[in-house]
This record gives sequence, C-alpha cells and structure tokens, in this order.
Amino acid sequence: MIGWIDTVIQGVLLGGLYALFAVGLSLIFGIMRLVNLAHGDLIVLAAFVILVISRALGLNIFVALVLAAPILFGIGYALQHFLLNRTLGRDILPPLLVTFGLSIIVQNGLLEAFSADSRRLDADALETASIALGGGLAVGVMPLMTLVSAVAVIFALNYLFYRLPLGRAFRATSDDPEIAQLMGVDNRRIFALAMGLAMVVTAIAALYLGTRATFDPSIGPARLLYAFEAVIIGGLGSLWGTLAGGVIIGLAQTIGAHINPEWQILAGHVAFLVVLVLRPRGLFPRAVD
Amino acid sequence: MALLETRKLTAFYRDFQALFGIDTRLEAGETVAIIGANGAGKSTYLKAITGLLGGEPESVWFDGKPIGALAPAEIMQLGISMVPEGRRLFPSMTVEENLLIGNYGRSVPGHWSIEAIFELFPRLRERRHQSSTTLSGGEQQMTAIGRALMSNPRVLLCDEISLGLAPIVIRDIYQALPRIKATGTSVMLVEQDIVQAMKVADRIYCFQEGRISLTGNPSALTREQIHVAYFGS
Ligand SMILES: Nc1ncnc2c1ncn2[C@@H]1O[C@H](COP(=O)(O)OP(=O)(O)OP(=O)(O)O)[C@@H](O)[C@H]1O
Ligand SMILES: [Mg+2]
Repeated sequence: MIGWIDTVIQGVLLGGLYALFAVGLSLIFGIMRLVNLAHGDLIVLAAFVILVISRALGLNIFVALVLAAPILFGIGYALQHFLLNRTLGRDILPPLLVTFGLSIIVQNGLLEAFSADSRRLDADALETASIALGGGLAVGVMPLMTLVSAVAVIFALNYLFYRLPLGRAFRATSDDPEIAQLMGVDNRRIFALAMGLAMVVTAIAALYLGTRATFDPSIGPARLLYAFEAVIIGGLGSLWGTLAGGVIIGLAQTIGAHINPEWQILAGHVAFLVVLVLRPRGLFPRAVD
Repeated sequence: MALLETRKLTAFYRDFQALFGIDTRLEAGETVAIIGANGAGKSTYLKAITGLLGGEPESVWFDGKPIGALAPAEIMQLGISMVPEGRRLFPSMTVEENLLIGNYGRSVPGHWSIEAIFELFPRLRERRHQSSTTLSGGEQQMTAIGRALMSNPRVLLCDEISLGLAPIVIRDIYQALPRIKATGTSVMLVEQDIVQAMKVADRIYCFQEGRISLTGNPSALTREQIHVAYFGS
C-alpha cells in the first residue's frame, strides 16, 4: 500500500516537470498558433546554458538560472524576430518546416559544442534532501520544488494574462490579430516577447530536467513529445489544463513503472491516447476558438 | 489644412482594384458620412486609413503628415481609432477588458475613461464582467464604440454601427454621437442607412464601385442626386 501511495506522489511530482516542459509550448501555440517542433531541443539548449554558466563562474545552478533567464529570453526574442515571424501566415506548413529544421540545427550545434556525453546539473545537497511525511513516506525536495515551480509559473503567467495590460495585448493578438493592431498592439513584437517568455519558462524546466536525470543533445524530441501530450490532454489554451495533462502523464508513467519497470514510457503514451479517445478536445478546451 | 485627408487613394485585393483614386477631407470637429451600396468600397476605404491594407505614404494625410505607409499600431497611436465592421470584440475578454485594451497603444489625457464610457452607455456597467460573446448586438456595438473611444482619439472611424440593430437601439447609439463630438473628436461614419447618415453628417460622400459619385452637404442634395449616385443611373 505504501508503495502505491508513494507511486502516486512521485507521479504527481513528475507531472510538475512535464507541465514545465509543456507550458512554453502551450504559450506559443495559444498566442500565435505556432507548433514549435524545436521546443524539446530548446529545453536541452537551456540546460546547457545553465551548465556552462554554473561551471564557468562556479555558481550554484539556481544562481546560474537567474543569469541564464535573460540570455534565453534574448535568444527567444531574436529567434522569433529574425526567423519565426517570417514564417507565420495563412499557411501552417512553413512554421512546421522551419521549427523542424531548427530542431535539427540545435541538436547538431549542441553535439558539435558539447559532444554526445551525458551531463548533469548538480544541485548539491538539495539533490538528496527529502521531507519525511510519516508512515515511511518521504518526498524529495527537488521533485517537490519542480511541482511548486510549475504551479508558480502558471500563477504568474495567468496574472500577466488576466491582470496586466501586456497580458491583455497577448490575448487580443491571440483572439484577433487584425483588430489587435487597431488597439496599438504590434503583433510581431508581441510574438517576440511571447517567445522570449516561453524561453524563460523553458530555462526553469531545463534546471529540473538537468537535476533529475542526465541529459545530452539527443533527448530533445522525447521531451517535445511529453510536452505535446500534456498540452493536448489539458486542452489547447488552458495553462491549468496543461498542468493537469502533465500530472496525468507523470502518474501514468510512475504507475506503469510500478507494475512493470519496462512499461513506464509506454504507459504515459497510452494515457494520452485514452484521453484523446474519450475527450478529443482535451480536458479543459477553450470555450471560444 | 484638413485634419484627415486622402489623396488619390487606391486599394487592391491581389489584382482586384477596390478603390480608384479617392479624394476625401475631414476637418477638425466635423462629422462626415460615407454612403454607398454593398461592395462600393466603404470598408476598404476605412481599412486603408487605419493602415491595415498598407499603401503609398502620400495617399493618406493626418495633421499635415503623410501616414499612408505607417503600420496600424502607429496610426492608432497618432489618434485615429476605428469601430470595425461587425464589431469584432475580443471573444476571450469581458466587456471591461475589451474597453481596457482600447487604450493599449495610446494613453493620453482626455474625456474618455472607463467611467465615462459607462456613463455614455449605462447598460455596459452592469455587464462589465460578462463575456463579450454573451452580449446582445446593441451592447456589443456599444462596447466596440467604447473600446474605440478609450484612447481619446482625434478621429473616430465607424463602420456601419447601425447594421443589424433594432431601430430603438440604433437611436440609443446615435444619441451618443453628439456627446462624442462634444469632446472634440471628428467622426467619419460609414453608413448604409441613408436617412440616419443625412441626419448627423455635416457632409457626405457617396461611393460607387470604388469611386466617389457624389459629395456635398446633406441639406443641399436632392433625393434624385443621391439615388443616382447610390445606385447608378
Ligand atoms: N479581403 C478581400 N479580398 C478580396 N476582395 C475583397 C476583400 N474585401 C473586400 N473585397 C472586395 O472589395 C470590394 C469593396 O468591399 P468593401 O468591403 O470595401 O465594400 P463595402 O462598401 O464596405 O460593402 P458593405 O456595405 O457590404 O460592407 C468588394 O467588391 C469586395 O468584394
Ligand atoms: Mg463594409
């Protein structure tokens, strides 16, 4: 019994990681209807940026994250401004092709720069720290922080979207880009800001990715898949739905693994398919679309 | 010098020409109505002024400067605001949010604030937290007008604000016009309802197939003239 309770707790916490992977993807799709196929590789890129900063300056990875965030914001802004904005239009194919190409370029660039070796982000004492829940149960501090971070990120983004003028501009552009311009909103700038913001979230995701397990330049596409599944399960356009989607995949994976260690990954994908069959538009679809 | 002027304004949708050299003037404080049949090019004309179609720099002048090639957001910042055809409220937003986004790009001191809009259209106050998709047609139109006023524009462009509304609602909406004019805003009104247009306009232009077929002071024009200009002879 304890084993099962532990499995569920681990699954929910793992869901926090998948939600962090997915929020950036969800944000970009929600605002500019762009499916960023390079999203997973950008998470890995962010992990390398944190790694380099913390190694080069001898900094704790959390401090390195604070330094990496503005850099990644800049990368995201520039990426959108110089490349992706040119691909957006009526046709949905160009952005897919370009982000697919970008995915390959990022992977190979990282491979060239850092080799195929597995890396880790070192969280020092936090890595092994845990909180006893009584009855023989304990939760790791890092997994707990992952989930808390996911919730905090979603709170912050929702605050931005529903309380601040910039957030209203994001939503206006998402609702009706033509009319948004008549409100003085520069859509292209909004898109660039959104991509910058998504990259900051990606940096947070990367920190937990890198401390939980090893990473190397090739693991991006699988992260994209988890992110994608979480977004679809949640229903496009709802960040809380994305969190729910992440938790469902996390739960399915840990429960699958508990039954048979080989079933971990498969169980996540099966859960995704089941939700898709039962609720094709996801658990929390947008009312208007 | 007119506040807003178009000079030989043309507009194309791919290789279809919708406007053929339109010359119009709007003086400060004036209300001008554009009338014309379906497809005459009225909405195209307003879109061209707002920068949505992108055109020649010298085809539109505002306050003595050429603005024909500026981006829509830049033109809005100068003080030209539009109530678009079909209202086009932001569906994910409440009434209040739709109003608040109205001055995103231009926030200047002036008469209009969310409070002033609620005084102009009291029905919106009760519905401020309601989703804009649940409003009646009239309330949607009031919200669209309020949204355009929030930036305290110098020129307000209105595209068929009476379309699809009951006469009593049209009356409510048109009663707001004098109060809008009193704040110093000039108004350019596209209207298919000729009677309504004649009542409020200082001057009218009649469009026919992308050209101006008639212009003048409503009181000086005969029924005959308007009929010919509207439908062709
Ligand atoms: N997006 C578009 N693509 C192609 N042609 C268009 C487009 N929008 C308008 N047109 C054409 O341009 C011409 C003028 O259209 P416009 O919408 O300006 O007319 P209008 O006077 O506003 O008509 P209505 O009174 O029906 O609103 C029409 O022949 C129309 O078919
Ligand atoms: Mg029209």
